[in-house]
Amino acid sequence: MKPTTTKLAGVALVALAIPTALIGLSQGMQLPADPRVRMAETVRIEPGSFTHMQPGEFLQDSRPAAAPRVPVRIRRPLEIMKYQVRLDDYARCVAAGACKPADAREAGEVPVTGVSYRDALAYAKWYSEATGEDWRLPTDEEWAFAAGSRFRGDIEPLEVDTANPARGWLSSYRREVDLARKPDPQPKPAGSFGVNEKGVADLAGNIWEWTSSCYMRVTLGPDGKAIESAIENCGVRVVQGFHRTYMSNFIRDGKSGGCAVGLPPDNLGFRLVRDNSLGMRMARWFRGGWIAS
Amino acid sequence: MLTRREALIGAAWAAAAAAAIPATPVMAEVKADVGALPRQKVSLVAPPFVHDHEQVATGGPKIVEFTMKIEEKPVVIDDEGTALRGMTFNGSIPGPMMVVHEGDYLELTLVNPETNEMPHNIDFHAATGALGGGALTHINPGEQVTLRFKATRSGTFVYHCAPEGMIPWHVVSGMSGTVMVLPRGGLKNDKGEPVRYDRIYYVGENEFYIPRDEAGNFKTYESLGESYDDTLAVMRGLVPTHVVFNGKVGALTGENAMKAKVGETVLIVHSQANRDTRPHLIGGHGDYVWEEGKFANPPAKDLETWFVRGGSAAAALYTFLQPGVYAYVNHNLIEAAELGATAHFTVEGEWNDDLMTQVDAPRPIATN
Ligand SMILES: [Cu+2]
Repeated sequence: MKPTTTKLAGVALVALAIPTALIGLSQGMQLPADPRVRMAETVRIEPGSFTHMQPGEFLQDSRPAAAPRVPVRIRRPLEIMKYQVRLDDYARCVAAGACKPADAREAGEVPVTGVSYRDALAYAKWYSEATGEDWRLPTDEEWAFAAGSRFRGDIEPLEVDTANPARGWLSSYRREVDLARKPDPQPKPAGSFGVNEKGVADLAGNIWEWTSSCYMRVTLGPDGKAIESAIENCGVRVVQGFHRTYMSNFIRDGKSGGCAVGLPPDNLGFRLVRDNSLGMRMARWFRGGWIAS
Repeated sequence: MLTRREALIGAAWAAAAAAAIPATPVMAEVKADVGALPRQKVSLVAPPFVHDHEQVATGGPKIVEFTMKIEEKPVVIDDEGTALRGMTFNGSIPGPMMVVHEGDYLELTLVNPETNEMPHNIDFHAATGALGGGALTHINPGEQVTLRFKATRSGTFVYHCAPEGMIPWHVVSGMSGTVMVLPRGGLKNDKGEPVRYDRIYYVGENEFYIPRDEAGNFKTYESLGESYDDTLAVMRGLVPTHVVFNGKVGALTGENAMKAKVGETVLIVHSQANRDTRPHLIGGHGDYVWEEGKFANPPAKDLETWFVRGGSAAAALYTFLQPGVYAYVNHNLIEAAELGATAHFTVEGEWNDDLMTQVDAPRPIATN
């Protein structure tokens, strides 16, 4: 069977986001940074390979299946913010009229919380313009690569019984209970959750982070690996943190929806990566050329 | 000049004095032979559990003795750490369930420790006379009282604190609970055939009215007296900030989710002392529901959602037919999902494909 991919949800703006108002920027020329913008501390992670639990929901033979673990190669150095975007940084974007005020719980030098995927996109766009660099949300794979040992992935059921779907539901519920993670809603100062082996701070703490990856529902072939069909829904994005989950792009508080069975994120925030890809460098050059001509 | 505490106690003393006049004749009417009845002392357990009891009474009427201590204390009511200046019967919200049989006497000793700030009493909807016992049970900090009433009607009944001048405040601060008076022969279905339960869960629903500061954050107070004016202002708006089961958002979920097995029959008693509610078991039903909670009436059958009048308790009997994780909610879903009125049941057992099956799993829309 041929793989088919269907795109849903025109609501979601795909994150290709070529910044539109980079007047005066040209290739090789460093834009004088807006003095009001704090340059984010970043961590550079050298290229590497790892086995990654794929995001989304997987079906095999019409039954829920474990997410495939596939080898992933990160081909270029990944430059990622060491800390999550801070509330006072985000406030500068709000002051500039480019971001909507966050539903943050506190003021001060804590990470911004109460932000949706759309808010994160708006910030990335503003921050890119203000710094003259290309910043974007990490993909699910990039986040997992940067998170290293802090990556947990989805809370999958311990048991899958094709004759009794309730076993899966009950065992996921039990797994979440056994994790015994108490709600921890108060944002804490940057660095409170320490750094991982790659030098990236506050991963899997009490702030879940938006990624640019879309939710997928995938039907696997008989080998449990080959994709028979897949539906991509970009109205829902992958959120990473203590565990991996999926949220509609306009949600700012992951806790709403108390009916739902499942472990809700304490807070929604984000961090960005600096995009040094060839495509982005070419786009920058192209924009420079286009503006100059 | 009076401090707030003195003023509130003063109001209660006035009420107690007014109640003292009918008190004497009521006491005089107690029949002499009651003293000869067997006595049973029962230790209360915190909800959603219920103390051990017989479903069908063995032997004749007796006096069932309970003791409850009133505890005033801050109570955390959500995951954000919001603290209610709570007032509780026996330390829990709701107060524990007391079970007796029709014809028994319920004898309660109510203790108001000296460390408390407020006078309290108890109004039993199951009792007859003296404001449900409220007029005979006013006690100040440092006092205790014992009340006995005859359980003349079977059913599930609310009890609550009812001190003159500040009844709703005590109730929405946590002071309510449930009495269940079982028919001596146990529960009967609509055809009069006996029905039994393997488990009983007692879900007390409370709504709270927590004041906010200028920034919109929930306020905390050093004492009950200091919280009174602001809380009353929110109460008068009739818009609760929290609607919860068992005293706290999420109190009956996760490791505290209620448990059952396929084939087990569960009696769910749902009480709300102040405000209407409408319980619903998502993916299940009420096989037999005493919506008003009174067992002399035949139960309604096969309900999807049942209505609990504010100031009453309902009883619903259900035999679980399918395993899984069930949500038990107040089916005003805004109150369930946004304000907290959600509990979970985890039910183990074999899946019944005949009752439900996913014929075709989600896949891309078929094109021909
Ligand atoms: Cu009281």
